[in-house]
Amino acid sequence: MPNRSKNTKGSGKSRPIRVIIAKPGLDGHDRGAKVVARALRDAGMEVIYLGLRQTPESIVDAAIEEDADVIGLSLLSGAHMTLVPRVVKILKDRKVRGISVFAGGIIPDEDARRLRSMGIKAIFGPGATLESIIHQVRQTAGRHAA
Amino acid sequence: MPPDPLVRRLLKGDRVALAKLITEVESGSPQGTEALRSIYPHTGKATVVGFTGPLGVGKSSLISRMVGHLRKKGLKVGVIAVDPSSPFTGGAVLGDRIRLNLPPGDKGLFVRSMATRGQSGGLSQGTRDTVRLMEAFGMDVVIVETVGSGQSDVNVRDVATTRVVVLVPHLGDDIQSLKAGLFEIADIFAVNKSDLPGAPEAVRHLREMAGILMARTSWRADVVECSALNATGIEDLWKSIERHEEFARKDSSAREELAERTAKELRELVQHKMDERVRLLLSEDEGMQKLIQEVSEGRIDPYSGSELLLGRITGLPSKSPPKRKTTPRSAR
Ligand SMILES: Nc1nc2c(ncn2[C@@H]2O[C@H](COP(=O)(O)OP(=O)(O)O)[C@@H](O)[C@H]2O)c(=O)[nH]1
Ligand SMILES: [Mg+2]
Repeated sequence: MPNRSKNTKGSGKSRPIRVIIAKPGLDGHDRGAKVVARALRDAGMEVIYLGLRQTPESIVDAAIEEDADVIGLSLLSGAHMTLVPRVVKILKDRKVRGISVFAGGIIPDEDARRLRSMGIKAIFGPGATLESIIHQVRQTAGRHAA
Repeated sequence: MPPDPLVRRLLKGDRVALAKLITEVESGSPQGTEALRSIYPHTGKATVVGFTGPLGVGKSSLISRMVGHLRKKGLKVGVIAVDPSSPFTGGAVLGDRIRLNLPPGDKGLFVRSMATRGQSGGLSQGTRDTVRLMEAFGMDVVIVETVGSGQSDVNVRDVATTRVVVLVPHLGDDIQSLKAGLFEIADIFAVNKSDLPGAPEAVRHLREMAGILMARTSWRADVVECSALNATGIEDLWKSIERHEEFARKDSSAREELAERTAKELRELVQHKMDERVRLLLSEDEGMQKLIQEVSEGRIDPYSGSELLLGRITGLPSKSPPKRKTTPRSAR
């Protein structure tokens, strides 16, 4: 039996946590995002990997269609203060509930504080361990019911 | 009026409702089953096409082109991309969301990635059910992508009327070594990456093979040359799909195949239900707990034990087991 992650979505039956991993913006490589994607998979989650150069709109579209629990945004470009809030705003505008957002990348403390105040549940710097990322994603995914 | 508000929203074309209901049917929840029952009259109308073939041959790229092509015709398209789950953790990386240059929020396209969740065969009941939800949502065409190079993807037959097997030219001489499974399911061969050398040879070769292969029906597999990169051959491929759909509607051997598929689904649904009941009985029923004990102590043999269990489930009398006075097996 595969080891299913506990989740509050669905009718009582547990299903794996579903995570969208995307790298919005224009920067070129997605190694870090891929490492995180694989780690989450190995922790029993279903990861929908969107890859590079996705617009905030297409990320939210995908999250809705995939009925994701969590959106993980990987950023290197320094555009986090525009891209991350944009995703959050689109989720709000479309009245999507039950999808939380986390972000990873090089994000200064001050920005991280502001992002948290906008509802970003978790923020990971380059030094974050995979264990702590897995743990936090599980927590964020479990925090809300459908 | 269906009682479930999600179902009502689905029938009105609400994408969130479709997404949520897919989650329900995928996990086989009672709400999902109930929803499938009430939408059933709205299903069976879409053209359901399976795209299968080895990893990296360009299935997703080709589907992206096909979706663009169909959207231009004004057709609404659902895409289901099936990927294997890890048998060890149950997790999966689903990297198959097709990339399109459609306006964001295009209502005529819905893409869902799906993990096999440990079901053998690479396609689960969840896929069949998701096809139906997409039909009820109003999709004209549903495309199912499965990865594979042989036996495991034969199950694409269970959901799709038309099966496209995607190959590439430089498979060249290796084509013979492809698992027979792929040849058996193909209604159409798409030789993708025809921008690379060797495409005409591959096409000729496949045509010869298709000619000598034993056919399931009176249909002879089409071979279509295309390139997702250069967007060539897409219309040819669609024409071929339509031709096969037309054939499947009219031909009696194709209708027999549909009957087989239906019987298979019924069998699988019953098997699944039985399995759940057996599991429940064995873990929760007191009498069954006793039976397990008696079998494990060697007082009843497992063959008779299983008859007793079956009797409990079907309500039919079973052969009474020979009671043994012998010492338990554990004495060995
Ligand atoms: N040269 C060429 N490359 C292609 C073509 N179609 C797809 N590819 C490339 O083949 C690789 C695998 O494509 P993908 O659609 O992901 O294959 P899949 O695994 O079968 O879904 C990608 O790098 C594509 O860019 C084509 O028609 N010609
Ligand atoms: Mg693919």
